[in-house]
Amino acid sequence: MIAEAGLSALWLAAGLALLQLVLMVVALRSGADVRRAMRSIAVVQGVLTLIAFAMLLIVFARSDMSVALVFENSASNKPFIYKVAGAWGNHEGSMLMWVTILAVAGAFVAMLAHRTSERTLVAALGAQAVLALGFYAFLLIASNPFARLWPAPPDGQGLNPLLQDPGLAFHPPTLYLGYVGLSVAFSFAVGALLTGEVDSRLARAMRPWVLGAWILLTLGITAGSYWAYYELGWGGYWFWDPVENASLMPWLAATALLHSTNVLAARGALKAWTMMLAVIAFSMSMVGTFLVRSGILTSVHAFAIDPQRGTFLLALLAIYVGAAFALFAWRGSSLKEGAPFELVSRESGLVVNNLILTVILGVVFVGTLYPLFVEAVSGEKLSVGAPYFNAVAGPLALLLAVLVGVGPLLAWRRQRRPVLHRLQVPALLGATALAITFILWRDMHILPRLGFTVGAYLAAASILPLVGRNPLRAPVATWGMVVAHFGISVALVGMAANAAFSSERLAIAKPGDVLSVGPWLVQLTDVVPTAGKNWTAVEAELRAAKGAQLVTLTPQSRYYPDPPTQTNESSIRTFWNGQLYTVIGNQDASGAWQLRLWWKPFVTLIWAGGALIAIGGALALIGRLWRLAWRRRPSGDAEWRKERYA
Amino acid sequence: MKPKNQRLVLVLAAVVALVAAALLAMWGLRSQANYFYTPADIAAGKAHDGEAMRLGGMVERGSIRHLPDGVTIRFLLTDGKADTPVVFRGIAPDLFREGSGAVAEGRLQNGTFVADTILAKHDERYMPPDLGNLSAEHKAGKTLQK
Repeated sequence: MIAEAGLSALWLAAGLALLQLVLMVVALRSGADVRRAMRSIAVVQGVLTLIAFAMLLIVFARSDMSVALVFENSASNKPFIYKVAGAWGNHEGSMLMWVTILAVAGAFVAMLAHRTSERTLVAALGAQAVLALGFYAFLLIASNPFARLWPAPPDGQGLNPLLQDPGLAFHPPTLYLGYVGLSVAFSFAVGALLTGEVDSRLARAMRPWVLGAWILLTLGITAGSYWAYYELGWGGYWFWDPVENASLMPWLAATALLHSTNVLAARGALKAWTMMLAVIAFSMSMVGTFLVRSGILTSVHAFAIDPQRGTFLLALLAIYVGAAFALFAWRGSSLKEGAPFELVSRESGLVVNNLILTVILGVVFVGTLYPLFVEAVSGEKLSVGAPYFNAVAGPLALLLAVLVGVGPLLAWRRQRRPVLHRLQVPALLGATALAITFILWRDMHILPRLGFTVGAYLAAASILPLVGRNPLRAPVATWGMVVAHFGISVALVGMAANAAFSSERLAIAKPGDVLSVGPWLVQLTDVVPTAGKNWTAVEAELRAAKGAQLVTLTPQSRYYPDPPTQTNESSIRTFWNGQLYTVIGNQDASGAWQLRLWWKPFVTLIWAGGALIAIGGALALIGRLWRLAWRRRPSGDAEWRKERYA
Repeated sequence: MKPKNQRLVLVLAAVVALVAAALLAMWGLRSQANYFYTPADIAAGKAHDGEAMRLGGMVERGSIRHLPDGVTIRFLLTDGKADTPVVFRGIAPDLFREGSGAVAEGRLQNGTFVADTILAKHDERYMPPDLGNLSAEHKAGKTLQK
């Protein structure tokens, strides 16, 4: 019954989305007032999808094996948390989660958007309904999550052990929330293009969604990177795996959109540009979903190997993106460009930021899709990996990081006085860092060397917007910007330190043997069998010593019976100055064990930087919402004067 | 700047950015893309020494040898038509076994493939698409198309 209830809720929600679309067309043609009806429909639709998703959670929690999806992706001996999380650890469940978040976001837009004009809101809700309809059709036609099995099998096939991890409970929902937040920006952009009302009011309505989506994407990427780091046991934090790129591309577009939305909100400029970026950002979310969910990739993340689904998603992608670009081509040229600005101004700085981000996005996009393209055209198989992305995107990212220090110092519209002298201290710090790397580490690779230089410079440059004024009276959004920009420098230093100073040791050892890695001496004291609820393992006991410091690590090599899989569980110890990372491999014929040890100085700064960037975004969001809630200001283009310090 | 000129400049900037991205990507791909070869391709001399590449095939049964240091293995990758010896230093992935599919990333050196990374079939249900074709063709004994 529960599964059928979920399915019915899904059908009803799809019907409401269709009604929402019809209402939009009627309203835009006749000018009828449908706002209240639209609101109720959007809210009910959100509630219905929530019911459907709750039903899926219940069948998973109860291990109802008569539901095909539960049978294929769960087992009754799994820990409870992974039973529930397993609901979205598969294709159908994750698509249901996608559409649920989309519909709930639509409901919030309908309830909260007071600032956009009525016509634009109605058009945006209509656009949101079109998006939702495509995904309802996808679920109901090609990937029904509630399909039954008869007779019900006694037990399920289990969940991929790599996915039985707290990371799973957190990672996909975060990314999906980010993707879907961008869908709201997309709907606003499409709605505003339809009505022609692209102005600073629209940008202010869009901004919280863009910021929210961007924060979640930042968190999702950071968490995903740490998950890959400790779970895959390769000691790396970013592999340029196509699926990682699938989350990076929307993030790059959202970062550009975030900055250009600020220009539109504050100055009414960059109208067409911002609309274009909103379309691109959501297109990248769709590309990401397509890459991950179509099974087109050779990747650990590729689950669905069903060509029908891939084709369906590709068709949706083509329709949405194609229609949005067509709309842009049709209406974009009729947009009046907003307030003019000089060549040296905050606006120009943000245009440069957007251009560099777009180039990086293009480079990542081409690198990710080129192998698919070549294989489709010539049948030749090739892969594009880290060497390409590091060589091409790395220098661009460093250039951008340098400019991040300059942009916030520029005034809106026109920078009258020279600003570069304010960068003396940061430049000096950067030069010092560069000099130190040359004196102490002559054979360091060029990229980490530059990473230290730019990191030191940006750490100082990023706080300049708070210097020379009372920092406590600066707007919260300014603090957010400073924290986020500072986070970039922290992450840069972490990456440079990891690249330059990591030491690795790969060897075999018998109990009693001592290996050295970096400043640590590591002794293998014992290897013992152990077991968990649904796995068995051998566990190494390692005693690591550095001076008087003594710690114990217990990496495991686990075996999961269903489905039969072996995984290496790394054991990591975090210190203020780095991480000791240990992995146990296989036993050789003589009884010795393979051990892989890393000492990674300051590697944690990478994720600390990511967290700071997200915290900065959260501060900016809080600041913006605070202002929206407490200062009901008249709208109009004169407002930029108040915002120029924001 | 006049609004009209401003828009022109912005459009030009966007076009320049797109062209720059395309040129950079082409340059990068020309020098950094790794081609996927099978042992038959290697036997036919299609790959050059020192070129970064991927080699895919099945691990020949009975071919895995452990070297005395305990962390280096040698084995043969086969596609049914030819074998390529592979040497790999590191912890082989969880599902690296004789008789199952694997992809090695690395370079050729004097006829031996020196692997930096080995990717194996990820779990019992998952099969990388390119290896999926390979094992089907391998079993059927059909000729492999490159």
